[in-house]
Amino acid sequence: MTEALRVTNLSKTFPRAGGLFAGARPGVRAVRPVSFAVETGETLGIVGESGCGKSTFARMLVGLLPPSGGEIEIEGRRLDNADPARFGKMIQYVFQDPISSLNPRKTIRQILEAPLRLLHGMGRAERDARIAEIFDSVHLRPEFLDRYPHEFSGGQAQRIGIARALAAAPRILVLDEPVSALDVSVQAQVLNLLARLKDDFGLTYLFISHDLAVVEAVSDRVLVLYFGAVVEIGRAESIFKRPRHPYTRLLADSAPVVGRPLRAPEQRGSELPDPLDPPPGCAFAGRCPRATDLCRTEEPRLRPMEEDQLAACHHPFED
Amino acid sequence: MRQFLRLLARNRLASLGGVVITGIAMLALITPLLPLQHPDVIDTAHRFLFPFSEGHLLGTDQLGRDLLSRLLWGTRLSLAVGVAAALAAGIVGSGMGMVAGYVGGRTDNIIMRAVDMLMAFPYILLALAIVAALGPGLMNALIAVAAVNVPFFARNIRGITLGLARREFVDAARLSGKGHLRIILTELLPNVLPVIVVAMSTTVGWMILETAGLSFLGLGAQPPQADLGGMLGQARSAMITSPHTSVVPGVMIFLIVMSVNLLGDGVRDALDPRLRSGALSRPRASTRVARQHAVPAPEAAPADALLAVQALETQFHVTGRVYRAVNGVDLAVKPGECLGVIGESGSGKSVTALSVMGLVASPPGVITGGAVRYRGEDLIGAPYARLRDLRGESISYIFQDPLSTLHPLYRVGDQLAEAIRVHHPVSRAEARARALQLLHDVRIPNPEGRIDDYPHEMSGGMRQRVGIAMALANDPDIIIADEPTTALDVTVQAQILGLLDDLRRDRGLAIVFITHDFGVVAQLCDRVAVMYAGQIVETGPTAEVLAAPAHPYTRRLIACVPELGGGRRELAAIPGLPPSVDALPDGCAFAARCDRAVADCRAGRIDMTGTGARSVRCLFPEEAFA
Repeated sequence: MTEALRVTNLSKTFPRAGGLFAGARPGVRAVRPVSFAVETGETLGIVGESGCGKSTFARMLVGLLPPSGGEIEIEGRRLDNADPARFGKMIQYVFQDPISSLNPRKTIRQILEAPLRLLHGMGRAERDARIAEIFDSVHLRPEFLDRYPHEFSGGQAQRIGIARALAAAPRILVLDEPVSALDVSVQAQVLNLLARLKDDFGLTYLFISHDLAVVEAVSDRVLVLYFGAVVEIGRAESIFKRPRHPYTRLLADSAPVVGRPLRAPEQRGSELPDPLDPPPGCAFAGRCPRATDLCRTEEPRLRPMEEDQLAACHHPFED
Repeated sequence: MRQFLRLLARNRLASLGGVVITGIAMLALITPLLPLQHPDVIDTAHRFLFPFSEGHLLGTDQLGRDLLSRLLWGTRLSLAVGVAAALAAGIVGSGMGMVAGYVGGRTDNIIMRAVDMLMAFPYILLALAIVAALGPGLMNALIAVAAVNVPFFARNIRGITLGLARREFVDAARLSGKGHLRIILTELLPNVLPVIVVAMSTTVGWMILETAGLSFLGLGAQPPQADLGGMLGQARSAMITSPHTSVVPGVMIFLIVMSVNLLGDGVRDALDPRLRSGALSRPRASTRVARQHAVPAPEAAPADALLAVQALETQFHVTGRVYRAVNGVDLAVKPGECLGVIGESGSGKSVTALSVMGLVASPPGVITGGAVRYRGEDLIGAPYARLRDLRGESISYIFQDPLSTLHPLYRVGDQLAEAIRVHHPVSRAEARARALQLLHDVRIPNPEGRIDDYPHEMSGGMRQRVGIAMALANDPDIIIADEPTTALDVTVQAQILGLLDDLRRDRGLAIVFITHDFGVVAQLCDRVAVMYAGQIVETGPTAEVLAAPAHPYTRRLIACVPELGGGRRELAAIPGLPPSVDALPDGCAFAARCDRAVADCRAGRIDMTGTGARSVRCLFPEEAFA
C-alpha cells in the first residue's frame, strides 16, 4: 500500500493582537503538533467535540488556512504553503452545511464547471461530458443542472457538494461532518454513496464527525482529538471497544446506545481548559478520574499501546 | 420578479413616484425631438414674460430665453448628472466595500479609516472643497457629489460582504481554483448586486439635489448651459418681481427628488424578504383556532392522562397553499412518565409540541381540529389569559438552542427570577434565592458564581442547564423538551439526559421528549411515538417498539442508524424522501418508499390498530401482536 497523505507536526496558532502597550501576546494554540499518515484507499475517522480543533485541522489540510508549522505531503509531494488551487487537484473538501456551501445565485452547472475549467482547463464539450458522468455517479438527474441551490433538499444539496469535490478529480476527500445536517434516513443514503464512490474512484477519505457510531461505521482507523491534540489513534473496530485513553472511554460511554441504561459517565465538570491559558500538563487532567500530579505537570506523548493503537496518556486503561 | 412588481404596485406612493419619474425621464429623453426654441437664444426685448404668453408656454427668464425649453434641457442635464454621480459613487464605493470586506485585516482597516475620514467632513463643505480645488464646472460638481457619496456605499457593501465572505461557498470557490479577483467578481458580486441597486435607487434623488445645490451656488453648470440648480440660482435676484422663473425649476426639482425617493423606498421595501413572507405582521399571542371537526369527547382520552392530545390538526396557510403539518395526532402522558416523540425533520413533531400551548406562530399557523386536555380541561381555543397562566406554571418547554431562547442582555439569575415573579408574587430577594436553588438543582457547579453570568459567558451545556432551570422555575407538571440535546456534545448530552431523568423521578414530572435519536429515546423514555408526515405511525413501550418494530417505517428508520459497537458496515438506507406536507398522498404517506406497499395502502385513510399499549398505522404490520 502506498501512502496517500502524511502530516508531520502540523500545528496552528492563531495570533492575538497585542495591546497598545503590552506588545505581542502568546497566540491561541488551536492545533498542537499533529503527525500521522493515511494510506491510499483508507478512511481515517477524526472525532472530537466542539472546540477540539477538528475544523481548523481540516481547513489546513486543504490549504484554506496556512499552518503555523509542520508539513503536509500528498503522495510524496510537499504541499504546505501552496495555493488552494494547487491543493484542489489533490485534496478536496466536502462541507458540513450543504446549502451554505453552494452559491445561491449560481446554477448547479456553473458551480460544477468551475473546478473543471480552472483546475483542469477543460473545453466546453469535455466539461459537459464530465459533468454528466459525475452527476450520474452521485445519483442526480441531469435536469437538476440548470436549477439553483435553494430548490434542493439537504440530502440532494450534499450530493451536489460531493459532486463538486469529485469534479476536481482529487486523490483525497476531507469530509467535514458531511451528514450531521441531514436526517437519519438521508444520512444513510449519503454514507452509502460515499462508500461506493470511494471504491469507484479509488479515493482516500478523512471523515470528520462528532458522531462516534457514524465514524465507526465508515472508518478503517479513528483518530480522537481533544483540545487541539491527538489523544488516541487506533483501528475503528477496537478503539471504542477497548479505549486506552480516559477521554476516548468517556466519549464511548456517553454515546446513547439502545439497550444501555442511562447514566452520566463519571467526570468532574465538562468544561474545556481555557485556550488562552492552557494548563501545563495533560489537557484532560481536569476532567479525568485517573489524573495524578504527573498528569498536571507533564504533557503525555503519543505512544504505542498495542499493535495499531496509540494513546497519549500517563495512566492508560489496561485490558 | 413578478412578486416584486406586485408588491411594488401595492405600495401606492411608490407607484405614484414611479409614474411621475418615468414621465419626467421620458420627457427628458425626447427633448431633442420636441419642437422647442433653442434654450440659449437671448431675446432681451421679451424678458420676464409670464407663463402662457404667446410663443412661450412657461414664459421667459431674465434674458428672454424660453423657460419651457430651458426647463426640459435642464432636467435632461440634471438627471444625467444625478444618475452618473450615483453610478460613479455606487461603483467606486461598492468596489471599496467589497475589497475591504473580502480581504479584511489591514486592507480593511486602511480603506475603512479613509472612508471614515471622508465622513468626518460635513457633506456640503467637502463637496465645496473638492469643487474649489478642481474649479467650477458640471463635471467637477459631478465628481464632488460622487466622492461625497462613496462612504455610504462603501460602508453598506462592506457589511454585507463581510457576512458573505465567511460563508462556505467562498471556500468552495477557492478550492475550485478561483483567484481572489475572480471570487469577488463571480461569487460575491452577484450576491451583493441587489443591495447596490437598491442603495443607488434610494440615493439618486439626493445626488440630483446636491448637484442642483452646487449649480445654485454657481459651482456647477456654467452659463449659458441650462441645468435646474443653475436656473434657480440665476432667477434668485428676480424672485419677488417674477416668481415664476424660480418656481418652474423649483417645482421640477421637487417632483424629481420626491418621486425618486418614493420609488426607491418602495423598491427597498418590496425586496425585503420579511415583507415578502408576510412575517412583518406581528404574530398573535396564541395560535388561531378554526376547528373544522367536532371536538373529541373527553372520555376518549385515557383516564389517568395528565396531558392528552386528541386528534390534533395544525396547518400552515401560506399564500393559497395549505401545509398540513399535523394530521390527527393522539398522545397521552401520565405523571412521572417520559414519552418520546421521534421523527425526521418535517414530520410535525415540533409543531405538535408547540400546538399544545398555542405557541405556533399565527399567521400562518392554524389549529384546525382536535383537543389538548390538561387535567381534563381543553386548551385549544382557551382564552389567552388562561393559556398565559398555564404557560411555564403547569406546562413548560425546553428548546433546542438555549442561546436563542435566553435573553442575551440579562443575567441568567435575573431571567430566572423574572420567570418566577411572573407567576408568583414573591419579593426580589426570595425570587433570587429560588433562582439560586434552581441552578443548584440542575447541577451547575458553583451556582453562586454563575448566577450573575450572561448567557454568552456560559458553555452550551451550561446554557441548556439554565434552559432546564427556566422550565423548572414554577414547578410545572409537564415539560415538553424539543430536541434539548441535539446541539450539544455527546459527553454533555449524557449529563443533561441524566439530569432530566433524575428530575422526573424526584419530582414526578411528565416529560414529552422530542428527538430524532433512537439511542436517546431508548435510554430516557418509557413509551415512544413515531411520527411520519404529520401522523403517528406507531406507538408503544420503548423497549418493545425498538426490539420489534411493527411499522415498516420504524423498522427501516432504526436500521438506518448506525450503532456504536457495530463495526464497519453498509447501512440500510430508505430510498426517496418524505412527502411534502402540502401534497400528501391518499392513504399511507410512507407507501411510496415502502417495499411492502400494495394498492390498498394508497386507497384511503388508515387507522391506528392494536391492542393494549401498542398500536400501529399499517395494513401489513411487520409483526402481529396479540
